[in-house]
Amino acid sequence: MSAAIAAAGETPVVDRPTEAPVAVPGTTAPHNDRPDPFGQSVTRLEDLPLVRGQGRFAADLSFPHQLHMRMVRSPVAHARLLGVDASEALAMRGVVAVWTAQDVVGIPCIPLREGPSVELDPYLQPILARDRVRYVGDPVAAVFATDPFIAEDAAERVSLDLESLPVLTDATAALGEFAPGLPTQPTTIRKGYGDIEAAFAKAACTVELELATGRHSGVPLETRGAIGRYDAARDVLELHGAAKVPHRNRDALARMLGRSPHAIHLFELHVGGGFGVRGEIYPEDVLVLLAAMRLERPVKWIEDRYEALMTTNQSREQVHRVRAAVAADGFVLAMDDEFFHDQGAYVRTHGDRVADMTAGILPGGYVLPAYRVTGHYRLTNKTPAATYRAPGRFESSFVRERLFDAIAQRMGIDPIELRRRNLIRPEQMPFPRGIETIEDNIVFDSGDYPLLLQKTLDALDWPRLQADLQARRAQGEAVGVGLACFVEKSGLGPADGVRITVDFTGAVEVVTGGASVGQGFETVVAQICASTLGVDYRRVRVVHGRTDRIQYGVGAHAGRATVMTGSATHNAALRVRAKALDMAASMLGCAIEGLDIVDGRVIRRGDSGPGLALGDVASALAPTARARGEREPGLTAEGWYETPSMTYPYGVHVAVVRVDRDTGAARVERFFVGYDVGRAVNPMLVEGQIVGGVAQGIGGALLEEFAYDENGEPLAVTLADYLLPTLDDIPPVEVMITEDAPSPLNPLGIKGAGEAGINGVGAAIAAAIDDAIGQPGAVTRLPVTPVRLKALLRQRAG
Amino acid sequence: MRSVAFQYHAPRSLDEALAILAEVAPEDGRIIAGGQSLVPTMAFRFVRPGHLVDINRIAGLDRLSEQPVVASVPAPDAAPGTELVIGALVRHAAFHRPVVAGPLGRLLTEVAGHIAHYPIRMRGTFCGSLAHADPASEWCLVASTLDARLVLRSVRGERIVRADDFFTGVMSTAIEPDEMLVEARITLPSAGARMGFDEFSRRRGDFALAMALVSFDLVDGRIHSPRVGVSGVEDRPCRIAQAEALLEGCVPAIDVFQAAARAAAAAVDPLEQPQLPAIYRRELVESSVRRALERAWV
Amino acid sequence: MKHPITLTINGHRHEVEVEPRRTLADVIREECRLTGTHVGCEHGVCGACTVIVDGDPVRACLVFAVQAEGAQIRTVEGLAQGSQLHPLQQAFMDHHALQCGFCTPGFLMLSTALLERPDPPSDAELQEALSSNLCRCTGYKNIVLAVRAASKAMHATSGAA
Ligand SMILES: Cc1cc2nc3c(=O)[nH]c(=O)nc-3n(C[C@H](O)[C@H](O)[C@H](O)COP(=O)(O)OP(=O)(O)OC[C@H]3O[C@@H](n4cnc5c(N)ncnc54)[C@H](O)[C@@H]3O)c2cc1C
Ligand code: FES
Ligand code: FES
Repeated sequence: MSAAIAAAGETPVVDRPTEAPVAVPGTTAPHNDRPDPFGQSVTRLEDLPLVRGQGRFAADLSFPHQLHMRMVRSPVAHARLLGVDASEALAMRGVVAVWTAQDVVGIPCIPLREGPSVELDPYLQPILARDRVRYVGDPVAAVFATDPFIAEDAAERVSLDLESLPVLTDATAALGEFAPGLPTQPTTIRKGYGDIEAAFAKAACTVELELATGRHSGVPLETRGAIGRYDAARDVLELHGAAKVPHRNRDALARMLGRSPHAIHLFELHVGGGFGVRGEIYPEDVLVLLAAMRLERPVKWIEDRYEALMTTNQSREQVHRVRAAVAADGFVLAMDDEFFHDQGAYVRTHGDRVADMTAGILPGGYVLPAYRVTGHYRLTNKTPAATYRAPGRFESSFVRERLFDAIAQRMGIDPIELRRRNLIRPEQMPFPRGIETIEDNIVFDSGDYPLLLQKTLDALDWPRLQADLQARRAQGEAVGVGLACFVEKSGLGPADGVRITVDFTGAVEVVTGGASVGQGFETVVAQICASTLGVDYRRVRVVHGRTDRIQYGVGAHAGRATVMTGSATHNAALRVRAKALDMAASMLGCAIEGLDIVDGRVIRRGDSGPGLALGDVASALAPTARARGEREPGLTAEGWYETPSMTYPYGVHVAVVRVDRDTGAARVERFFVGYDVGRAVNPMLVEGQIVGGVAQGIGGALLEEFAYDENGEPLAVTLADYLLPTLDDIPPVEVMITEDAPSPLNPLGIKGAGEAGINGVGAAIAAAIDDAIGQPGAVTRLPVTPVRLKALLRQRAG
Repeated sequence: MRSVAFQYHAPRSLDEALAILAEVAPEDGRIIAGGQSLVPTMAFRFVRPGHLVDINRIAGLDRLSEQPVVASVPAPDAAPGTELVIGALVRHAAFHRPVVAGPLGRLLTEVAGHIAHYPIRMRGTFCGSLAHADPASEWCLVASTLDARLVLRSVRGERIVRADDFFTGVMSTAIEPDEMLVEARITLPSAGARMGFDEFSRRRGDFALAMALVSFDLVDGRIHSPRVGVSGVEDRPCRIAQAEALLEGCVPAIDVFQAAARAAAAAVDPLEQPQLPAIYRRELVESSVRRALERAWV
Repeated sequence: MKHPITLTINGHRHEVEVEPRRTLADVIREECRLTGTHVGCEHGVCGACTVIVDGDPVRACLVFAVQAEGAQIRTVEGLAQGSQLHPLQQAFMDHHALQCGFCTPGFLMLSTALLERPDPPSDAELQEALSSNLCRCTGYKNIVLAVRAASKAMHATSGAA
């Protein structure tokens, strides 16, 4: 058996079980010479303007007569705000207004996306700080000027009267006070199942660890940007530069500003990377809208990098105290975890979701008959936190897989064998996890975890890899391999809809409430539509990220886009197809069953004649066309997809790492990802997502960290201090995509792939470093910086 | 991240530049050479010059040539020989290929490859690096270890400063506000000289956390007149006399290098920096010095 | 105080009046309205702003526009000849070397300058030079493949000519 792997230089190949159907269920079998675009690595529709420099990112958009906004931010981590003096700034030529909290009194704090919460609401962030500042970068005032240089000059002259308060930078330390009567732990997450006490009582051995993941974040290459514009002629308020969840944000902004959602529209431009952080509602988004209305001019705000690194959502920082009860044969009877989640200064739009997801997914793909977790959701005086690609999973995979490595070490069992003994077996699918997370009852829908593990080992020629590394270690090199297994989640519902329309030229438009953050969304949706409908995917235009074109949308987050929007597209395309065939049958005077749509033409099966162009069918369905008869006008249909539950793809990560004992530097020599994606719509894009995710994971494992000093001063506010990986830090990632377990939950069998690359990287690299330096269990904290790694080496030497 | 306003001057001759500099120096007037350090610090508003004197349009400042060593006031003992002259507009990229035959040319090429990234090397200058005096600058270490002579000129005249006296602290030098560093002069080592360089940085192109530059002659198979320079650790580059003393007269060997490296690690007094404990910096110094010696030897 | 300057970008002259404190990246984007040159950090680390000045790739955020008077500047908008894409642009599309595309103009201009050098860079030099710029999406693998492929294509055609 040879698993297909895309190493450097090859186009990705998918390991497809031969019996799996290649065509989309619900359409007719693969037609003729033109291959079905579903499952093909076709080039992207998005690329042309982007390679030509014709993209339109937020900073690229300007409106005549616009003002520029610049924030005045807190220079300290915690203080009482006694006053703001803007007189000097206001006197400057070109300065139109300076606002403080007093100017935005009626505007509520930025709400939770999932609705109000008694526990969390008191901790939400106001759009301008009221009586306290709580992190370095907390917005205190907004300057509006005719020119961005003037705005920045003026912002410097706004002076703040601050009285310091004690600073809290450690989420495991004693609780502080957020405000009088409000402790810095707004909520505690508790989940679990099974009899923990009994499991520990009968365990042959127990293993206990303290593990920590560092604070890092998405850091898209494009900073945030927002342009507010009020069109008084139509009484419409517009926000340009929206991303991720435009529709949800429209609703929230409408509530905050007291407008009808019909009178506020969000527009997504090109988005220079999202990764979870871009597209949430931040104070600046609200301020540009408010200012556009009140100052009656368009207002543009573009974040600079310095601001981005101290105000855009951060993520990941957790400390776990975890223990396991293990039977004599290595079967893990129970896992018990207590963790501290460092939320930073305020609760932001996600509330406690990252902590909740951590708690929900921590058991991973292991059977684990008993589980208990307590998560302390804590506020500190750091930049607020929220989701970053694979939220809760990067963290929990690190914890779980480190724990399994430690168990293997303690019991003297090979770590792979230990995993085999504990992985959920295919015959146990669908597997109810027994816990809920983010309002979804976790049921693993399909999967063969041991098979993927085996395919990965085979693809790597595991025995030989081990022998090679052994030989190199014998020569004195510090090189080792580490492996991590994980279960992902994707396709969070509940529902998404699209509208597909064919015009009289035969061009197809898909209007969706999904969003693009650079992941190839347009291409994937076009491929699904083209495959189902029977047209060339290049004739499909995908309209997204516009609340004025469609009422509802799920956006692009949490691995939703392909699964939800893709399935809805499939459903809509089926309807358009049926409508076209019905009309064509009447035009051609034959039975529907004898017709097919191929490459944009309705043809008779087995007939080589020209058939009918879809555009002509669309014309025949025009409201005014007589041929239409009683049919509903327009070659158009809506399609919806509702999912009862999330789908759960799964993967295996393997890292080979070399350590320089002198400097403490760790270099990833090789990284392999085995991942089951259910069905890959476009393997090239799946691979691209995975490789990019791995790079971010390597950053989080070795380089990136938002460190703070004891005064809450952020230490990484430039890209020379927050270290994003460069080409030199990333090996050519090897990817094996499998399709062994299509999801039974959606018509296409697809599962998400956006978070597959990053999930287990920290865990695999940690294990590889242990192996390289011959110190099992050494790595307990990410990122493994040279300073920390050197300290580990010293410990052993000393 | 937008600089404060300043006035811009683009003189065409050195004299004109010095005259403008003399005039604007009191209002924090500064020279801009490659701009690769100055512009980012201006973007963060860490520096707020009132004037910039752009020297990029002055012909002749890109001089990169050899000349007989000019004995001068601060270095009257300068041994006769040849020196490499590096003008104020010689870019890092000029060193991508050896600029002189022999060990120095090879060394400078090796060192240049560690400075920032390709596009930054296209503009950043050798002399600008010295003037900027970042404690982790490779060129500063070169100048210090190889005892460069720095030629400073102003409307008041010219003076020559030895590297030892030139670097005075973190981003601080002997350059007076009205002075320009017009060239650096480095004596060419003997054709048989051994030179080695090593540095450690988090990512390729980042400023180093520690680096070492060594050179020595071999006389009858023994190390003669060794130089061991270290930087990125203290507030300025420094020579390590203890390590040099250990090496002098020894036959090159791993344990000799190791002993010298240890001596260097013990001798340095690392700057206090968040997240970089002194013990770690010393370890880096040890490995850099050892590796630089090994590289010089092979 | 504004300075009248003339910038020559992709062979076109742009006469603009700018304050000296405005960077070349800023003026190319805001005055010349060529927004293909992106700004990702404004302190010289990310390379998104890379343009070619007199044949050399430079960070346009680290040069003041007044300094570029008289220079020949090339930006991503000048790569294609009408609808004919530059081999690098084509290779980036063919090899999926972009996701969000924000870093792409910088990588394209950096690679263009590298591949136009009289002595084409070796694989190792390419690897080193391409480490100058940041991409947060792709993991770089496909960028390297694309640049190598374009290098082959460019040298094949120039060899044939
Ligand atoms: C991302 C990045 C990474 C970098 N990495 C490194 C690195 O690893 N190692 C390293 O050494 N450097 C690094 N640098 C800095 C780079 O090498 C600069 O080019 C160098 O430090 C300064 O040279 P410059 O010509 O650009 O000087 P400028 O930026 O023009 O000037 C710097 C200072 O020196 C003064 N000055 C310049 N020339 C003269 C002169 N002739 N006489 C008097 N004063 C003068 C200026 O007034 C200014 O104060 C990096 C820069 C960046 C942006
Ligand atoms: S914007 Fe110029 S290097 Fe980042
Ligand atoms: S493609 Fe998004 S930063 Fe490179």
